[in-house]
Parts: sequence; structure tokens; C-alpha cells
Amino acid sequence: MATTVHEPPKIEPDRQPNHGLPSRGSGNGGWRNLVPVGGDLRRLKDYSPPPASTGIWVGLAAITMSFAAFTSALIVRQGAASDWRHFTLPSVLYLNTLVIIASSIALEIARRRIAAFMGGIKDQAASPARWLYVTLFLGLLFVAGQTFAWLQLRSQGFGLATNVSYSFFYVLTVAHALHVLGGLGGLVRVIGKLKHSTLRRSTLDATSRYWHFMGVLWLYLLLLLWMKL
Amino acid sequence: MAKIFAVTIVLIAIGSAIPILMHTWDMPQDISTHGHLIDEQYADTMAEAGISFLVSQFLLAFFIWKFSSPKPGAKIKSFPGGAAGLVIAAFLLVGTEVLALGVFGAKAWASVYFTPPAANALPIQVQAGQFAFYFRYPGPDGTFGPLHADQISEANANFFGLDTTHDQDSKDDIVSAEMAIPVNREVHLLMHSKDLGHSFYVPELRVHQDFVPGLDLSIHFTATKVGKYEIVCTQLCGLGHYNMKAYLEVKSQEDFDSWIKQQAALQ
Amino acid sequence: MHDTSAHAVHHGVPTSFIRKHVFSLDHKVIGKQYYALALVAVVVGMVLSWIMRIHLGWNNFAIPGLHLLSSTGAPGNVLTPEYYLQLMTMHGTIMVFFVLTTAPFAAFGNFFLPIQVGAEDMPFPHFNMMSFWITFVAFLVLVSSFFVGDGPTLGGWTQYAPLSAVGAVAGPGQGLGVVLWASSIGIFCIGQLLGALNFITTTLDMRTKGMSLMRLPLSAWAWFITSIMGLTAFAVLMPACILLILDHVAGTSFFVASNLVINDQVLPHSGGSTLLWQHLFWFFGHPEVYIAIVPGLGIVSHVLITNMRRPLLSHRVIIYSMGSLAVLSYMVYGHHMFVSGMNPYSSLAFSFPTLVITIPSTIVVLIWLGSLYGSKLRINTASLFALGFISMFISGGVSGFFLAQPSIDIMLHATYFVVGHFHLVMAVAAIFGIFSGTYFWFPKMTGRMMNETLGRIHFWLSFVGTYCIFMPFHYLGIAGNVRRYQAFTDDYLIPLIPVHKFITIAALLTGLAQFIFIYNLIHSRFKGALAPDNPWEGTSLEWSTATPPPHNNFGDKMPVVYHDPYQYSVEGASTDYVMQTSPEQLKNAPDEK
Repeated sequence: MATTVHEPPKIEPDRQPNHGLPSRGSGNGGWRNLVPVGGDLRRLKDYSPPPASTGIWVGLAAITMSFAAFTSALIVRQGAASDWRHFTLPSVLYLNTLVIIASSIALEIARRRIAAFMGGIKDQAASPARWLYVTLFLGLLFVAGQTFAWLQLRSQGFGLATNVSYSFFYVLTVAHALHVLGGLGGLVRVIGKLKHSTLRRSTLDATSRYWHFMGVLWLYLLLLLWMKL
Repeated sequence: MAKIFAVTIVLIAIGSAIPILMHTWDMPQDISTHGHLIDEQYADTMAEAGISFLVSQFLLAFFIWKFSSPKPGAKIKSFPGGAAGLVIAAFLLVGTEVLALGVFGAKAWASVYFTPPAANALPIQVQAGQFAFYFRYPGPDGTFGPLHADQISEANANFFGLDTTHDQDSKDDIVSAEMAIPVNREVHLLMHSKDLGHSFYVPELRVHQDFVPGLDLSIHFTATKVGKYEIVCTQLCGLGHYNMKAYLEVKSQEDFDSWIKQQAALQ
Repeated sequence: MHDTSAHAVHHGVPTSFIRKHVFSLDHKVIGKQYYALALVAVVVGMVLSWIMRIHLGWNNFAIPGLHLLSSTGAPGNVLTPEYYLQLMTMHGTIMVFFVLTTAPFAAFGNFFLPIQVGAEDMPFPHFNMMSFWITFVAFLVLVSSFFVGDGPTLGGWTQYAPLSAVGAVAGPGQGLGVVLWASSIGIFCIGQLLGALNFITTTLDMRTKGMSLMRLPLSAWAWFITSIMGLTAFAVLMPACILLILDHVAGTSFFVASNLVINDQVLPHSGGSTLLWQHLFWFFGHPEVYIAIVPGLGIVSHVLITNMRRPLLSHRVIIYSMGSLAVLSYMVYGHHMFVSGMNPYSSLAFSFPTLVITIPSTIVVLIWLGSLYGSKLRINTASLFALGFISMFISGGVSGFFLAQPSIDIMLHATYFVVGHFHLVMAVAAIFGIFSGTYFWFPKMTGRMMNETLGRIHFWLSFVGTYCIFMPFHYLGIAGNVRRYQAFTDDYLIPLIPVHKFITIAALLTGLAQFIFIYNLIHSRFKGALAPDNPWEGTSLEWSTATPPPHNNFGDKMPVVYHDPYQYSVEGASTDYVMQTSPEQLKNAPDEK
């Protein structure tokens, strides 16, 4: 039986907690703090998560606020006048939903494989980039599918200003698609680091959290649009 | 330097309070039935805010005066009661203060806004547009005719967009650029915006309400004093905003009746 | 052992001029860039206010050279009514966004937050650089509206719809001017969101060893709390701006109601909600005024503590108070809309939390006053401005009692009372906080001391001048003087014009005094006395490092923190103050855990 020996991917292992005296570098005051004088060493966790992990949650909070603002605008505007026009969502959206869910699964497979290597559970990560490419492809497919939905509506004569319900449809889906494109940029960056420099665990985790969030956000938007439009 | 600063703070605080105490610039005299509630609430708030203002400025000045040139080797003293004392004081003093203001203020607000207009209130419609108010009285039939936005024409002086040829109700409607109301009779003011956001502010009447395009609100009030007052727009509406005003004439019932007759003849 | 510094600083010491001073990744340079932007913006904003004040005092006064700004807006150098409103809008927008948000928060926060937490830089330096340059582009877009079409928008900094949404038909600047305004603010939001992301992550993840959250100086806490407010507030304003732009360029009807008639023409929009804009705007707008003032609370506490030679009576209470202010700021925005046609029950629902907000504000003031008691107060320009801040904050704060109550707000809404209130409590107080911070931190930022004599002259003229300007505003408001009028033609307003003349003179003189500050700033930058590392004998981390700090803030060795930030006058200690980095064990000052 032939065995294939993979080239070890260029991945940085997890950082090891450092229980020693202050080392060079910042960021050690994190979640649990070292109290050098008279502190309880059992409570001590001498390193904080890399900023990217915190940063991504902060970024997602901002995105959540923006879409909450859009949502409340939609609800207020719908109640403000009787001109709200209900319409059936283009059915391609449901297909797109499957695509974005599939892309999240693909990314999760990639992430777990790399994480297993990083955590030292496995010595090698089996072609980690492959599933990232699958994710990238599915992400692009999703954006293409959304574009198809917009073109379809437009060809039926329903533009941005036709009725305010269409306005909200376009605004919400385009805003979401732009964020998805941003996530695709992040994926390209992860692949690039994997291939050409060093991928940090926190970068990978942050990117995948963002991507999963885009999926969840889409499910939310679909539900909102399905209920309100 | 510190002592001059302390004195300056005291002088500014006293100087700021003098025009208030002397009533140099005061709210215009109230001519409405509900206005005294607002005025009393205002006076209470002024007393509480004024005392808070003076006491805190004086304390600030006094502490600056007292503690800015410590003797060498002086020790830090702690404020009696410490932080806990101050927090409790803030909760008790300010808490009671705002609770009182909130409750009494809510009563004043409720008596103005939570009461429906009386059944015999005089309905008047006011329309705000860049940069004028127009007033419409329903005429003898007591009913306003419908508005047609597409028929509005400044040139034909059809400010409201009335269709007097087709709409029966509009035929006897009286339109005026001036608002006249009878004294001691409740007025039910129906507010309509022709174009943008405007506001209806008559300080003497203690009435202030925005016009909301697409949402016709109404307010009601009773004037108690005959006279001529100004209605001004307070919601920025464009270049002529500063000049958007109309007169409110509070007349005796007889004068009002003859005014209405006169206006009806002009239509 | 793995080198943890790799993720902290992605950049070495830059060598080229461009990387060092223009597209710098160094938080200290970015902080200075924000400060410079705020300085340019505040001069523009102040000159605009001069023009407005002159016009209000003397309606037909020809201001030499004004026609150069706009020949149609100021024919014969006299402002037209619409141009007055356009300048007013720009004054408000520039001041609120590009001065009061950038200077106390983005400028000082960028420079000092990483140093005060003991980090080498912000975690995302590229985002930080983008944050500044995006903000700069936003400023350019806003200012460009002076020079295109029929000038900037006249809708006021609140841009109420439908005036802002119906387009050019509503008046000069309401077409392209509004689109530029909304684009500028939308871009600004992106810049501030990137900044807030950095601030929050810096505070949570980049603290050095021993720097627990409770050991952060109050200024760092203030920036942290402000960045959380900024993150949530600007994330709401940006969608609002997008919807506003769409109403303009795409003909949608988010904010424009049906059947509106301008120039006898029915507008093509239908069904839009007038109040929707106000809800979205004020949901941002009220936190925004706290974004302007909370850094001031932190800076002033920080400066005062150092100059009182004692910690405040309670460190935690100030932090919790600033936190409650931030939380409450989201629950009170409706008090801007008491006469807007909101349900009267909502008015009451918004009134109570607004009144409640006075409690944390009062606690902060009382803690300051109580800490002043028995202190060893040092008087210098920085502490004078900090004390002036307290005076302004009290004066502007008490007028909030009136405006928080809908029943009184009926009389005072949209009058000069409101203008006086927010200028004192949020604008001038915040500016005093900026001044205090500048005189205090200038040595650390530039390596040179500011001139103390000029500083004190600047303080006296500013302090007295500010009261002369803004106290009379309250009296005008009580008399019913409506704001946003370019002239006072109503019978009851004409007797008030002398007051306006007095204010105008005070404003011109106070404004002139600010040039003493600018001269002092520039002169001291190049010719000032060289500053020692710790000129004020402070304890927090910025005073532990060199002046000015090296590229990675602390040189070869990261600091370790052993104490609370403000260990002054500790009994039994070897000196008057014990720095956070001093390993000396203190018996009489139990540290926060």
C-alpha cells in the first residue's frame, strides 16, 4: 500500500501558556490577570486570547447592530403607511440558503482539520486548503445566486424604488452580500497565508466565525423577509 | 491664582442667577387654561435646579480656595462619609428630586395630553407649508371638505387643495392666513403639513407641537385672554424658516362671530 | 518559548517619511493625526460660528471677504438667509463629528490607551491607520460641499426628514449637499467603527502583566466605555445614512410621506415615515453626545487626581457611573422628540430614564467635589481647565432637569435654552476636557512643555468668555427665542437682539483667545522647554516610559503593574507617589484585585 507523505502545512501551533516571569511582548493582562504580588497562582491564566478572537466578536456586534437598525426601520416603515406591497421571494433564495449552509460545513471541516494539527492531535493536516477552496467556491456561488435573484426581480419590473418593500429587499440582501464578499476576502487571505506564509490559529478561527455568522445572518434575513414581504 | 479662580466661580454663579431671580427675561404671560401646570412645574424645577447649581458651584469654589495651597507636610483628609456617603446622598437627594419632578411633571403632561378635546370644541385645521400657515374653519356645516394634494395652487390661492366644485363639504369652508379663536372656548386644532416638518409654537398659549408630514396630529387648548399673539415655526423647514409665522387673535365670542362672517364673505 | 510579541506589533520602526508620518501604523502618530484633524476642523467650525454670530447681532453687516466663500451665499459680503442655515449646519456637523468625537476620543485615546494599558500598539494597526484616513476622507467630502452645486445642506446637523430627503426642491444644498453630507457621515461611521474595534480589543486583550481591569486609569476606562458606545451608535447611523442617500439618488420612500406638495407639485414619493429618521438618528444621537463627554470625564478625573495628589474617593464608583451613563444613553433618546408627534405615553417613558441619568452624573460630580476636599491641589493650566470642566458640567447639567420633562420641554424645545444646555454640558465641557488633556499630556506627546503663562491667559479668557456666551442663551430660550433663525423679525424677539449682540462680542473675543492656544501649541512644539519623563509626578504607565515614548512605547522591557493607578500620598510609602510599575509593597493602600 502506498503511503502519501504530505508536506506539513505552514501553520503556527497554539501558543503555550507562559507561567514564567514577564516576557517580552504585550497582551498578557488579558482575561485572567497575573497579580505578581501576593496573587493566587491557581487562578492565574497567563495569556489572553489573541486579539483577533476578541476583535471578531466586536466586529460581529457592530454588524448585528447595523442589521438590527435595518430591521427596526423595516418594521417602523411598514407600520407607517398602508402602501406596503407583499410579494413572493424569488425561489432561488432558498437554493442560495442551502449553498451558504454547505459553505459553512465545508469551512468547518477545513477548520477542524487544521485545528487538530495545531492542537497537536494530529501530526499532519490532510490537504487543508482543499476544503477552503470548496468554501470559497460555494461563497461565490451564493453571491452569484443572490445576483440572479436581483436580476430576476428587475426583469419582472420590480426595481429598488417600485415599492418600499422592494427597497428593503434590495437594501438588506445587498448589504448582506457585501458582507459576504468581505468574508470571501478573508478566506482568500487565509488561503494565501496557508500557502505562502504562516497561518495563525486565531486568524483561521476569526475568519470562520465571521463566515458562520454570515450564514446565520442570512437565515435571519430570509426569515424576516419571508415573514414581512 | 486659585483664590481668584474660586471668587470668579462664585461671581459667575451669582451673576448667572441674578437675571433668573429678577425675572429679567421671563416666559411670556400665560393665556391658557392648562398653562399654569407647566408654569408651576417650571418654577419648581427652577428652584431645584437653581439650588443644585448654586450649591455645587459654591462648594467647588470653596474647596478650590481652601485646598489649593496646602501647608508643607499636610496630610490628605478624607471627606466625611467617603464615597459611600456621597453615593447615598446622590441617590437620596437627586433620586427624590427627579422622582418628584418626574411624577409631578407627568401629571402636568397628562393633564395636557391625555385628555380628549371637549365635544363642543371648535375645530380648526392648520396647514403648514414653506413658509406660511393657513387656517381652515369648517363653516356652517361643521365639516371639513377633503384635501386634494394635486389641486394645491399658490397662484389660485387654493392653499389646501380644496375642490369647491365637486366636494359639498368644502363649499362653505373658510380659509384664512390668520388664526382667530374665541376666548374661553376650547379649540381643537387639526394639524396638517403640506410639505415638510414644521412646528406650531405659541409661547403665551403654552402650546408647542410639530407638524409631521404624513401624520395628521391634533391638539386642543383654551385661551383665556383676548389679544394678538404670534405663532412661530420652530422646526427647521428651509431658507424662510425664520420668517414663517402667523398671528393668533383671541377675540370675544361676538368679535369672533363677526370675524367669521366677514371671512366667509371673502371666500 | 514562543515569542508573544509577534502578534502585538506587526510593524517595525518605519524609516521612510510616508510610513512614519503619513500612512503610519503607530498609534501615537495616528493619535496626533487625529488631533491635527480636530484642530483644523475646530478652526473651521469656530470661524463659521463667528460668521453666524455676527450675522445674528448685526443682520446686514458686511463681513469682508465673505463673498470669496460663496458669491451667491454672501452677495456683497452679507449672508443670505439660506447661507446662514448652510453655515449653521456645517458648524454643527463639523464640531460634533470632527472635533468632539475625534479629539477627546480618537486623538487622545489613540495616543494614550495603548500606553496606559501597557501595550506596544493597538492589535490591528492597519485598521487603525485606515480609521484615521477614512475619517479624513469623510472630512474632505463634507467640506467639499462648500464648493459644489449650491453649497452645503441647510438641514441642520440632525438632518430631519423629509427636509433632508426630498431633494433640491426643498432649498439650496438639499440636493447634492445632503448626499455629500450623508456620504461623509456614512464614511465617518466606518472610520469610527474601525477605531472602536481597536479600542475595545486593546483594552480587553493587550493589557500588560498585572494590569487588571480595575487597575486601568479612569481615562482608559472612559475611552473603553466610549468605544463600546461608538461601536453600537455608529453602526446604527450608517444604515440611516444609506437609507437617506437612497431616498435621494434612487427615488425610494423611506422617509418621505405621500402627497407632499412643494411649489404646487406633488412629490413622487409615497408612504415614508417622517419619524423613522428621527428614531434612527437619535438612537445614534444621544449616545453620540455621551461619546463626546465621557472621555472628558475620564481625562478630567485623570488630570485632577494627579494634581490633587490623591486618588478619588472611589475608583469603582466613577467607572460604574460612566458605565451607567453609557447604558442609559440608549434608553433616553426619545427626549429629543417630545414635540415630534410621538405617542404622549412614549414621552413619559423616555422622560423617567432621562431624569434618572442625573443620578450617575451627580455621583461623578460629588465624588470629584468630595475628593477635592482635603486634597493637596496643585494649580496649573491643566488642573484649571479640569476644574473649569467641572463648573461647566454642573452648569450645563442642571438645565437638563428642565429638558428632561416633556411638560416643560413644550416651552423650551427648539429654543436657545437647548442650545445653551448642550453647548455647555457637551460642547464646551468636552473642549475644556480636550484643553486639560492637551496641557497635561503635551509634554509626553511631543517631548516639550507648553508655556504655562500663555496657558493661564488662555484659560481665563476661555472660562469667563464661555460663560458670557452660553449663560445668556438660557435666558433667551426662557423668553421663547427660537433657534435656527437667521434673523429675529417676530415682535417678541426684537427686544432680545441686544442680548444677541452681547453674545456675539463675547464669542468673537473668546474665539480670538483660542489663537493664544494655537500659538502656544505650535511654538511649544518646536521651542518649548524640554520635558522630563514625568513632569507632573504621575503614576500611570505613560509616565513610566521615555518622553516622547519610543516606537514600541516601552523600549526593551514591557512594564509590569503592581498597583492601582492612583497611589498618591500613601502613608508609609517612600515617596509622595508610587508608580504602577513600582514593586514597592504598600501596607496602607490595599490594591484592587
